[in-house]
Amino acid sequence: MLELFPFKKTIPFMSWGKATTIISLVTFLFSIWALWAKGLNLGVDFTGGTLIEVSYSQPADIPSIRSALEKTGLPEITVQNFGTSRDVLIRLPNKGQVDMAQTSNRVMAALTAANSDVELKRVDFVGPQVGKELYDSGALALLVVSLGIMAYLAIRFEWRFAVAGMLANLHDVVIILGLFAFFQWEFTLTVLAGVLAVLGYSVNESVVIFDRIRENIRKMRGSTVPHIIDDAITRTMSRTIITHGSTQIMVLSMLFFGGEALHNFALALTIGILFGIYSSTLVASPLLLMFGVKREHFIKPVEKKQEAVV
Amino acid sequence: MNRYPLWRYLLIGATLLIAFIYTLPNFFGEVPAVQVSPVRAVEKADTALLGRAEAALKSANLAYTGAELAGNTIKLRFASPDAQIKAKDVLQAALGDSYTVALNLVSASPQWLGTINALPMYLGLDLRGGVHFMLEVDMKAALDKAAIRYQNDFRAELRSDRIRYGRIVREGNAVTVHFATRDQRDAAIDKLSAAFADLGFTPADQEDGFTLTARLKPEAVKRVQDFALQQNITTLRNRVNELGVAEPVIQQQGTNRVVVQLPGVQDTAKAKEILGRTATLEIRMVDEQADPTMLSQGQAPFGADIVPSREGFPIAVKKDVVLTGDSITDASPGFDNSSGQAAVHINLDGKGARIFKDVTRENVGKRMAILLIEKGRAEAITAPVIREEIGGGRVQITGMANTQEASDVALLLRAGALAAPMQIVEERTVGPSMGAENIEKGFHSNIWGFFAVVTFMIIYYRVFGLFSSIALAVNGFFLIALLSMIQATLTLPGMAAIALTLGMAIDANVLINERVREELRNGATPQAAIHAGYERAWATILDSNVTTFIAGISLFWLGSGPVRGFAVVLCLGILTSMFSAVTISRAMVNLTYGRKARLAKISI
Repeated sequence: MLELFPFKKTIPFMSWGKATTIISLVTFLFSIWALWAKGLNLGVDFTGGTLIEVSYSQPADIPSIRSALEKTGLPEITVQNFGTSRDVLIRLPNKGQVDMAQTSNRVMAALTAANSDVELKRVDFVGPQVGKELYDSGALALLVVSLGIMAYLAIRFEWRFAVAGMLANLHDVVIILGLFAFFQWEFTLTVLAGVLAVLGYSVNESVVIFDRIRENIRKMRGSTVPHIIDDAITRTMSRTIITHGSTQIMVLSMLFFGGEALHNFALALTIGILFGIYSSTLVASPLLLMFGVKREHFIKPVEKKQEAVV
Repeated sequence: MNRYPLWRYLLIGATLLIAFIYTLPNFFGEVPAVQVSPVRAVEKADTALLGRAEAALKSANLAYTGAELAGNTIKLRFASPDAQIKAKDVLQAALGDSYTVALNLVSASPQWLGTINALPMYLGLDLRGGVHFMLEVDMKAALDKAAIRYQNDFRAELRSDRIRYGRIVREGNAVTVHFATRDQRDAAIDKLSAAFADLGFTPADQEDGFTLTARLKPEAVKRVQDFALQQNITTLRNRVNELGVAEPVIQQQGTNRVVVQLPGVQDTAKAKEILGRTATLEIRMVDEQADPTMLSQGQAPFGADIVPSREGFPIAVKKDVVLTGDSITDASPGFDNSSGQAAVHINLDGKGARIFKDVTRENVGKRMAILLIEKGRAEAITAPVIREEIGGGRVQITGMANTQEASDVALLLRAGALAAPMQIVEERTVGPSMGAENIEKGFHSNIWGFFAVVTFMIIYYRVFGLFSSIALAVNGFFLIALLSMIQATLTLPGMAAIALTLGMAIDANVLINERVREELRNGATPQAAIHAGYERAWATILDSNVTTFIAGISLFWLGSGPVRGFAVVLCLGILTSMFSAVTISRAMVNLTYGRKARLAKISI
């Protein structure tokens, strides 16, 4: 039997509570700072604007593209390489134009006039109103997912578990957002979808551990609650690493082979999964202790009845 | 204890077979084809049309590999894109403007798969290339337009009832009429509210007189807006037909938006121009003195234009425009009360009605033509004979061959122009090379990730790892089969979701395998360990999937476009993985170990 984590003894995770709390607090505050100081680099999906991706058969001459575009009179054009030296990304905000939907055609006309060896790969134009709506529905989705998961955990377990699980995973979300803000990676609709998926996914881990805790509480009559939790985490450790590892393999495969379109999406998932392992073992459970979970919360009247019969 | 009854194996076998059949079409690829569909609803694509198309290709010496009639279109398959493009020109020339001839790709899978509705997955625009537009209808303009019409109608109505009135002012979509005396206003309230049921009237006493303000009732506002949206959708549909796109999607979104998706369209500038075009309607008198032979030679008489009718023969119409389409407020198909013939009923606004009354009085017995002018080209939709003077703004046109033609003409009268201006508020264009690249990238991320996971599982869990891997592969199959079956749109984020669900699906098997190992460690016999492992893991698998499912459902509900594609695949993937991870792997375990009564060791 090949075992990566042959833990014979229970690891005293709960005694590390102080250290993990400090780590979490520091990363959390760092993320909040990054979000506050730098802000998310929101993509056109949310800000509105035009994004044009073109490709040339030779390495692209960025300065000449820039000067060709300046002649169109469109304001605040940014031109940059994207992925390879032959691919170019052009961004324009929704400003100072009467018919914003025509922006991409004006840009393409200018580019073709300057150099006919240009191929249009992608245009994303989002009007100001639509951008705002996508932003609002994105924020709403985050809220709905959080509340939905919390409600499920509360029904399935107990409110303490629900709150602990949710806080631990929202802490992951804040860290993902913080890193995106710090490195100014572009935050698009797809990235948001990734973040929400990871929220649903990492809660899994807390669920598995909580499941064990519940089982242990019933089985290990003589033990203290911290010991029960330690035992649950130790016994699920191997599984935690392996399942997250296999999901991480798929996500890394996306990061390496998925190209620019999936890059930031895969990045968000990578961060989410790594922090998911950490938070569900070392954040959710200490929180559970902090909320004062007790044996009595699980010894339901059903069991008392059984004893009465005996 | 680890045995499935026979019916369970049969059930699993049947699901696998169905999944296999529905996955099949995805492996055959696509062949170039030309698609022919009639522009107008009146005409049908039938075997006669198929025969004409085939004859045209034969006379041009173009070989085709297949011809079929599907719904109201015919599809002709070709061996190469080169032949396809040549065939498109040949067919357009042979069949004329009343048919849309478009390039398309059709599945190369055998016919019998098509007959059981087994189709390849429906690819989103980011994978096949094309344009996505979201257009917003300017509802304020639609309401203002309605108010302008009422402003004119009030004048006509009050004048015909000899009620004296002062100024009529429009402010936004409220129309205010000024009166000198209270009696005049009260008389006007009675008259106008009887004539215009859609309006709510509020009287007010001002310092300098008496006013009556009319506003559309809420239900009428809704009707005006719905009408504007529907009319714009109809107009867009007609215009998109003209673009020659094989499978366009035109859909209402919300209360004031329309989504137009044009797969394969590259020339976005042209697409925008055609979608944004304003068509106009004109009513002109027919020049009855025109010489038919001169007409057929294309020589227009002095002061007249030659315009083709819908049937294709030329009509001379006078250059003077009697009315424009702006005066037409509604057109609907119906029947002539006296003869029972198919007819089109047209409503004109106040000003239009007056002009129409004068013109018809002076021209009884003559013909009048209704022209649709688009792209600078005019076409006579219909040219009826004026029987008598027509007042009141309610016009009936007869002379249509059947009810179908009547509703077609009514549609053209209504849909020739946009009811209200529209603006593009979102555009997503993906070039064809980009689409192909995205498919390739999505595919590679899946395949490499899959092999990496499978390798790890087999090394780590041996035989059980192999079972888990097979279950994972089956899960992939199920997912693709399900996506093909329900024809959900597969986008690039959707492909990412396939990879993600495959990564997450193995979770269930790891849970089971770890449980089995643990039971063994605690001293259970192999058979008991397998049984307990699967039993106990189930609750956890369910729990852990529900939370991701909640995330998926919310994303589907609140997301749009590609994100929705992600959410669909995520949710479906969770469902298939719960089935395959538990049932398929258990079936394999049971088949291998279940019969051995004294099993000493299992490979895990």
